[in-house]
Amino acid sequence: MDNYYLGVDVGSVSTNIVLINENNEVVYKEYLRTQGKPIDILKDGIGRLAKEAGYNNIHGAGCTGSGRQLASIVIGTDIVKNEITAHAIASLNAKPDVRTIIEIGGQDSKIIILRDGITVDFAMNTVCAAGTGSFLDRQAIRLGIAIEEFGDSALKSKNNLRIAGRCAVFAESDMIHKQQLGHNQDDIIRGLCQALVRNFLSNVGKGKDIRGPIMFQGGVAANRGIKEAFQEELGEEVLVPENFDVMGAIGAAILGKERSRDIGYSNFKGLDIYKRDYAVNGFECEGCSNLCEVLEIKEDNKTLARYGDKCGKWTY
Amino acid sequence: MKISFPHFGNAYIAGKVLLEECGHTVITPPVCSRSTLELGTSKSPESMCMPFKIFIGNYIESIQRGADTILLTGSCGPCRYGFYSYMQKDIIKKLGYDVDFIVLESFKEGIPQFSKNIKRLIGSVSPNKLLRSSRLALKLIKSSDDLTCLSNEVRAYAIDKDKVNFIMDSFYKDADDIHGFNQLQNLINDTERQLRTLKINRNFKPLRVGLIGDIYTIIEPFINLEVERKLGYLGVIVEKSLTPTKWLEHHILSYPFGSKFENEKYSLARPYIKDMIGGHGRETVGSAIYYRNKGFDGAIQILPLNCMPEIVAKSVLKRVVKDIDFPVMTLVVDEMTGEAGFNTRLEAYVDLLYKRRRGEMIIG
Repeated sequence: MDNYYLGVDVGSVSTNIVLINENNEVVYKEYLRTQGKPIDILKDGIGRLAKEAGYNNIHGAGCTGSGRQLASIVIGTDIVKNEITAHAIASLNAKPDVRTIIEIGGQDSKIIILRDGITVDFAMNTVCAAGTGSFLDRQAIRLGIAIEEFGDSALKSKNNLRIAGRCAVFAESDMIHKQQLGHNQDDIIRGLCQALVRNFLSNVGKGKDIRGPIMFQGGVAANRGIKEAFQEELGEEVLVPENFDVMGAIGAAILGKERSRDIGYSNFKGLDIYKRDYAVNGFECEGCSNLCEVLEIKEDNKTLARYGDKCGKWTY
Repeated sequence: MKISFPHFGNAYIAGKVLLEECGHTVITPPVCSRSTLELGTSKSPESMCMPFKIFIGNYIESIQRGADTILLTGSCGPCRYGFYSYMQKDIIKKLGYDVDFIVLESFKEGIPQFSKNIKRLIGSVSPNKLLRSSRLALKLIKSSDDLTCLSNEVRAYAIDKDKVNFIMDSFYKDADDIHGFNQLQNLINDTERQLRTLKINRNFKPLRVGLIGDIYTIIEPFINLEVERKLGYLGVIVEKSLTPTKWLEHHILSYPFGSKFENEKYSLARPYIKDMIGGHGRETVGSAIYYRNKGFDGAIQILPLNCMPEIVAKSVLKRVVKDIDFPVMTLVVDEMTGEAGFNTRLEAYVDLLYKRRRGEMIIG
């Protein structure tokens, strides 16, 4: 039987689960919406994976994403890694000579600069989520179209309509104004895509030495309008890898595989975890004026972990 | 006179003792916490910079503990700190608190006001005693800064890093209840001894990172989401480019020439920024180059949201980083207490530094 490795990326908008084989090829992938319930979604995903026959030979696991601590407690992973490294590893696996990675997710957008397979520079959006997936989601709702149709709609447009992209709030009022003037919806969507790309390049990508081959990944890479806008702005081809939406999880799986091989065993708890009961209980510690929000995770009434406190009183 | 002052890193430890020696009752504000921030934010102008809001929170919490006089330093530099005393006096008054403000402006702003303020603070203490107390206070500031510095170093090497935090937390707790130079100095020495006896991994080769940016955000652990501790856990030795000690050495002890260290930063920054641009913008640029020359692995700029001098420094740093080939990451701090994004950036940055050092991808 083949050996498989599990990778999990718990992000703000999506939770992704992949299974790779010894050759780092994706044999199974799932893209789920987190909907603010990471544990439930994770359990659902693992449950579905468990029911697909033949994948029970899992010898390592890794996790990443903003919910990585939680995921690692629930499923028992060999490595917990930040998204930057995970994405870089997955991209290098897909295209070893990649030199720039653009990743736009739900709340984060990042640029990673690589040279000869080594990360030499990276940047993430600072305090503002203007150029990210959530922004597009919101505008799609406002325009009354499904986010899946967003990109194709932008490609239909041939006009240049400028929409202010510096801030999501500015963009929204600018967009409403253009709508009221009677502009075509496709043009507005194209304008939005360009605004987002401009925002990304002037905020996150500022001062970075962007050279080809350029990879574009993360949930937003599904949007062909954005890809097109990037190509226009950068004057270079932008590649979207086959598994663009789960690249973080692939990176985590590769890292988990290498770590479990190094240590010779795996901490992975097995696919049966979807049958167990997890409860998260949050409370405010009143020990001092920091009022830390402490979280407690229970597995079948047994406390797995507590975290969130500054002083270490509850952590274990 | 029950006197209080806003937090400024470790400076409150020495400040408390010095003012007590001058015969005042001192009420130190509680350690900055979420409630400080919430109080400060609700009473401050929305787009004001972060330190302003924390100061307001400190005042209110001190007043609730019984303070009736607030001491703070003025400034005439081109940064919003210059407005602090005027606006804060106004805000506190409008909130209905009846407190006195003693604003220590530089004597260049008028000798009569300066000496009046000093007289109020010194009271009837003899010049001899004052001189001796000031010396001891300086020593205390220095040794408390050295202690934090030592804790950062030990944390990077320590096998059980939680113990370092535990020792430092109890130090800060005890320092609140202790009075007098000798007792405090003993406490510091004691804490130092405890830190030095912790088990460390001698074979470990930690990364070294300089913390640069605005002084307040560097030295107040609550504001920068305890970046020193977080980096320590990742096995990084952190050095702060600015501390109360360094500030005093530059602005008071070596007046008017300035300390050697700060002057070196100025000359390093000169090709990029010739003049004072307010706050610590020029120092930030100089420090980045300084740490590169010292063989550090990287530097992290802590930028309080919409701090003008640091924004200028950030833009300039982009060029500097290219010229000197040195990785500098900027972290923006504001009212956010969610730490996930902050941790991700720090971890990724540390990964990057390790890779730079080894010239290869590393796992784990």
